[in-house]
Amino acid sequence: MNLTMILLFLPLLLGALLNGIAGAKFKKSVSALIGVGAIAAAFAGALTMIPAVNAGNVNDQAVWIWISAGGLTVEAAFKFDSLSMIMALIVTGVSLLIHIYAVGYMNHEDERGFSRFFAYLNLFVFSMLILVMGNSFLLMFVGWEGVGLCSYLLIGFWYDRERKEGDSTWPAEAAKKAFIVNRIGDFGFLIGMFILIATFGSLNFDAVFNAAEGAPDAPLFLGQTPLWWACIAMFLGAVGKSAQIPLYVWLPDAMQGPTPVSALIHAATMVTAGVYMVARSHVLFDLSGAGGIVAWVGIATALFAATMAVASFDFKGVLAYSTISQLGYMIAAVGMGAYAAGMAHLMTHAFFKALLFLAAGSVLHALHDVGDIRRMGGLRGKMRITFVTFLAAALAISGFPLLSGFFSKDAILVYAYEHNMAIFAIGALTAGLTAFYMFRLFSIVFMGESRDKDLTEHAHESPPVMTIPLIVLAALSVGGGYVFLGVGESGPFYHALENVFHGEHHAASFFNPAMLIGTALGLVGIAAGHFMYKGKSAEDLQRANPIVQLWRNKYWVDELYDRAVVRPLKWLSRSALWRVIDKGLIDGAVNVSGALMNAVGSILRFTQNGMIQTYAAVIFAGAVLLVLLRLF
Amino acid sequence: MILVSTIFLPLLGAAALGIAAVATAKAPDQRLRNEGLKIGALIVSLITFGLSLHFVFNGGAAVQHEWLPSIGSSFHLRIDGISLWLVVLTTFLTPICILASWRNISIPDSGQRDAYPSDEYPQKEKGAGGFLALLLVLETAMLGTFAAFDLVLFFIFWEMTLIPMYFIIGIWGSPGWRQTFLFGQVSERVYATLKFVLYTMAGSALMFAGILYIRMQTGTFDLTAIMEYAANTGFGGSAQVWLFWAFFAAFAIKVPLFPVHTWLPDAHTQAPTAGSMILAGVLLKMGAYGILRFCLPLFPEAAAANADIVSLIAVIGILYGALVAMVQPDMKRLVAYSSVSHLGFVVLGLFAGSEMGTKGAVLQMVNHGIATGALFMLVGMLYDRRHTRQIKEFGGIAKKMPAYTAVFLIITFASIGLPGTNGFVGEFLILAGSFMTEGREVYAIVAALGVILAAVYMLWMVQRVFFGPIKVKANEALKDLNAREMIAALPLIAAVFWIGISPTPFLDKMDADGSISNLTKPGTAKTAMVEPPPPMEQPAPQLSTPSEMDEDH
Repeated sequence: MNLTMILLFLPLLLGALLNGIAGAKFKKSVSALIGVGAIAAAFAGALTMIPAVNAGNVNDQAVWIWISAGGLTVEAAFKFDSLSMIMALIVTGVSLLIHIYAVGYMNHEDERGFSRFFAYLNLFVFSMLILVMGNSFLLMFVGWEGVGLCSYLLIGFWYDRERKEGDSTWPAEAAKKAFIVNRIGDFGFLIGMFILIATFGSLNFDAVFNAAEGAPDAPLFLGQTPLWWACIAMFLGAVGKSAQIPLYVWLPDAMQGPTPVSALIHAATMVTAGVYMVARSHVLFDLSGAGGIVAWVGIATALFAATMAVASFDFKGVLAYSTISQLGYMIAAVGMGAYAAGMAHLMTHAFFKALLFLAAGSVLHALHDVGDIRRMGGLRGKMRITFVTFLAAALAISGFPLLSGFFSKDAILVYAYEHNMAIFAIGALTAGLTAFYMFRLFSIVFMGESRDKDLTEHAHESPPVMTIPLIVLAALSVGGGYVFLGVGESGPFYHALENVFHGEHHAASFFNPAMLIGTALGLVGIAAGHFMYKGKSAEDLQRANPIVQLWRNKYWVDELYDRAVVRPLKWLSRSALWRVIDKGLIDGAVNVSGALMNAVGSILRFTQNGMIQTYAAVIFAGAVLLVLLRLF
Repeated sequence: MILVSTIFLPLLGAAALGIAAVATAKAPDQRLRNEGLKIGALIVSLITFGLSLHFVFNGGAAVQHEWLPSIGSSFHLRIDGISLWLVVLTTFLTPICILASWRNISIPDSGQRDAYPSDEYPQKEKGAGGFLALLLVLETAMLGTFAAFDLVLFFIFWEMTLIPMYFIIGIWGSPGWRQTFLFGQVSERVYATLKFVLYTMAGSALMFAGILYIRMQTGTFDLTAIMEYAANTGFGGSAQVWLFWAFFAAFAIKVPLFPVHTWLPDAHTQAPTAGSMILAGVLLKMGAYGILRFCLPLFPEAAAANADIVSLIAVIGILYGALVAMVQPDMKRLVAYSSVSHLGFVVLGLFAGSEMGTKGAVLQMVNHGIATGALFMLVGMLYDRRHTRQIKEFGGIAKKMPAYTAVFLIITFASIGLPGTNGFVGEFLILAGSFMTEGREVYAIVAALGVILAAVYMLWMVQRVFFGPIKVKANEALKDLNAREMIAALPLIAAVFWIGISPTPFLDKMDADGSISNLTKPGTAKTAMVEPPPPMEQPAPQLSTPSEMDEDH
C-alpha cells in the first residue's frame, strides 16, 4: 500500500506547492503539466488499490502519530476498504477529466492566475483524498475543512471582481459565505466528535464502530442517547457540506467560481462528502435511530431545491439547485439505510452532474460568460458536441431507462417504496420535477431560435481539450449505470460494497411498481419540460404566477437569514456590546475611577500644602478634640 | 549556567546597546549607527534563542542560589514542562520583533508620521538604541517571569515587564490625541500606556497581598516548598478562596478576561509593531501561565470549586471578544479583540480539569503567540506602507501584494483554527478536554460557537482588505514584501505548520516531567467539587523532586 499512498498524496501535494509558490514564473504549459500530471498519478494510485482491496482486508496504514494527549491518540493513518476505494476512484477519475478540461477553460488567465488555479485544484483533490481515506473521524475532519478551504479559495478565485449586473453576489462575498456556512456545519461535526471521545475514548473508525454496540443507553440530553446526539451533531456537518436545508444557501452562490470548480467541487465531489460521512458511519446511524431525521431532511431538500431549479434563469443556477436536490436524494437514501444505493447515486451523479456543468462551461465559454438563459437558444447547431453530451447527461439525470441515473435513482426509490411510502412519494415527484427542469433548460438553451442574436452569433464549439472530457463523461453517464451498478443491483459496485454495508444489499426484481412509477414520471417530466419551453420568447419565459415568483425569489430565504441573523448580530456587536458595554460601561467605569482617584488626590493635596500654619492649626484642633473626648 | 545566561543575556545586551547608543549619539552617519545597533540587538536575541533550545533538548533546567535568606527568598529559577514552550516562544519571537521593527522605529509628534515606503530608510528614525535596549530588557523580564520559582523573584520579574512596555508604547507608539473627561486632550498612546500599567498594577496589588499571606502561612517564598505545603497541608478553606481570587484577579487582568480587558485594545492599537507583537505574543501568556503555575496547584480546592464561574467568564469572553472584533473598523483593534476571544479558550482549557484540556491550553498559548504575533506584524507592515490601519482604507490589495496576501491568509487560517495549522490542535484539545469533564459540556459547546465567529470576523476583514477592486488610489503604489519582511514571516509560517502537522512532540515535552498530568489527575477537579481531597494521600507535585531535573549549576 506504500506505493498507493505515495501516488495518491505526494504528487498532488508537490503539484500544489510547485504551482502555488513558483507558478507565476512557469509557462502555462508547465503549470498545466504539473497539475494534470499530479492528478493522473493520483488516479493511477487509486487504480492500484483495486486488486489489493478486492483480494481481502487491508490493514489501516499509519504514517505518523498526529495528536496524542490525555489518552486520546489520533494517527495520520488511512483506510483501505471498498468504500474508500470507490470514493478515491470517483474523486480522482472525475478530477482528472476536469483538470484536463480546465487547461482549456482557464487559458485566458495570465500565468499567475493559471498556475494558482491548478495549485488550488491539486490541493483540493489532496484534501478530498484525506477526507475519504482517513481512518478516523478527526482525519476525515482534516480533509473536511481542507476541502472547505479550497472551496473558499476557488469560489473567490476571481477575487477582484465586483458584483455583476443581475447577479445577487460576487466571488469574494460568495467565498466567505460558503466558508462561514460550512463552519456552522463543522461546529456540529466537532460536537459530534466530542461526544464520541467522551463515549468511546477514540475517534478511530474501527475502534468506535466495534464499541458502538455497547455504547451507554443512558440519555445524554432531552431523553436521547449519546450515540443519537453524536449522529445528529455530525449530520449537521453533512447539512453544511452537502448543502441541505437549512444550510444550503452557500451552494447557489458558490457558482461565482470558475465552472470547472463548480463541476468538480460543487457538484461531483466535495458536496457529496456528507453522504460519504453518513455511509461511513452507518454503524452509528443504524444503532442510534438518527436516520429518520436524516432521511426527512434529505427528501425535503430534494423537493424544495427542485422547485427553485424550475424557476431559475441562470444556467449554472439551475444546475446548482439541481445539485442540492440530488444531494437531498442521496442523503435521504443513506438516512433510510440504503447506503449502497446512496453511494451508487453519488457515483452516477458525479458523472452526469460534472458533465452538465462542463457542458454549461462550454456554453458560457462560447458566450463570453453570459449565464442568463433568456438570452440563449438554438445552440444545438453551433455546438454539436456540447449539445449531444448535454442531452446525454440530461437524460441520465432524468432517469431515462438504462442510462446511469436510472439505475441509481431506481435503487433509492425501490428502497423507499418498501420502507417509507411518504418518502417514496416525494422522491418520485422530485424525479418528475428533475426531468422537467432539466429539459426546460435543455429546450431553452439548445432548441428553438436564438433569443439574442448578437450574443450567440459567434458562438462556436470548444477546443478538443474541453470536448474530450465531455465525451468521456457522456460515455460514463450513459453506460456507467449498466456497467458498474448492473441490472438488479448485480454489478461490481454493489459487489464491492457488500463487505462494508453488511446485509443491506438486496436484489430487486427489474420490473417493480416503484421503478415503473419513477420512470413514468421522469418521462412525463422530460416531455413536459421540452414542449412547454421550446421556442418560447424571452418575454414569455419571464411571465410567472405567484408560486413561480416565490420559487424564482428562492423563497426569500437569503433575505430572511440576513434580517433574522446577520443584521441583528451586527447590531448586537456594534451597538450593544462595543459601544454600550465596552466603551460605555467598562471604560466609563475605568475612566471614572481614574478621575475619582485624581479628585481624591486633589482634596488630600490640601492637607499637604506645606504651610506650617495650617499644620499647626490642624495639630491644635486635634489636640482640642482629644481633650474634649477625654473630658466627656 | 545556561539557564542564568539565557535569561540575563538580553539584559546584558541591553546595557551594552545603551552604552553603544550613547557613545555614538554624535556619530556622523546616524544611519550606519542605527543599523549597527539593530544588528547588535538581533544577534543578542538570536543567541538567546539558540541558548533556549538547550532546554528543549534537556527537558528543562533549574538553578537555586542563596539570595535573601533573611526573608526566606532564594534565587530559584526553574524551567519545566509548563514553562518550556513559553520560554522558547519568547526567545523565538524577540528576534522576529526586531526584524519587524527594522524600518519603523520613530517617535511621532502630535500629527501624522511622515509616510515612507517600507523598504526605504525612515527620515525620522529616532531612539533606535533606546527602543531596542528596552525590547531586550523586556525579554529578560518575560523569561524571568516564566522561570522564577520564588514568589519574590516572580513578582519582581512580573512588575519588571511593565517598565519597558510603558516606555515602548508611550514613546514609540502611534500618533494622535484623545479627549478625556478630566484631563482634557491627552496623547492616545500615553492614555493607552497608563491604562495598561494601572490596570496591571491594580491586579498586582492583590497578588502582592496574597504573596505576603502565603509567606506568613508557610514561612517561605520558595515555590517548590509552597507547592509541597499546598499538597500536604493545604491553605485553609476560606483563606484559600481569598488567595485564589487575589492571584486570579492579577492574572485575569493580564490574560485579559472579560470584563477587565479594555486596556488591551488601546494598548495594542497604540503600541508600535514590535510592542503589539510582544504584548499579544508573550505578555498575555503571563496571565494564563500564572493561573497554571499558581492558582491551580496552590489552591486546588478553590480552583475546582470556582471552575464553573471561571469557565463561564472564559466562554463569555470567547463570544464577546469575537463579536466585538467583528465590528472593529481598525485592523489592529480587530486583532486585539480576537485575542480576548482566543485567550478565553486558553482559560477554558486550563480549568477543564483534564489533561487534554490543560495541554491544549498550553499549546494554544504558544499558537496564539505565533498567529497573533504574526498578525500584528503583518498589520504593521501595511501600516508602514500606508500609515493607516482602517479597513475601509484598503480593498483589493491582493493584486498588488500577492506574497503578503498569501502569508496573511495562512496566518488567518491558523488563527481560525484550520486543521493542519497549529491553531486547530490547541482549540480541539481544549474543547474536547472541556467536554470530557462532567458538567462542563455546555461550556465546550458554547465555546465552539466561537470557532464559527472566528471565521466570520477574520474572513470579513480579509475580504474587505484584500479582495475586490482597488478603490483608494494610494493602494495602487503598494509594494509587496521585501526580503527582510519575508525572512521575518517565514519562521512564523514554518511554526504554524510544524506544530499543526506534528504537535505530539510539543505535547509530550510539556509533560515529560509530569508537570501537567500531576495537575490534572483524572477526576481531581470533579471529586474536589463534591468533597475536599484527602490532603495526605495527594502526592506532591513532582516539581518538588528536583533531583529528576537537569540541575545545571
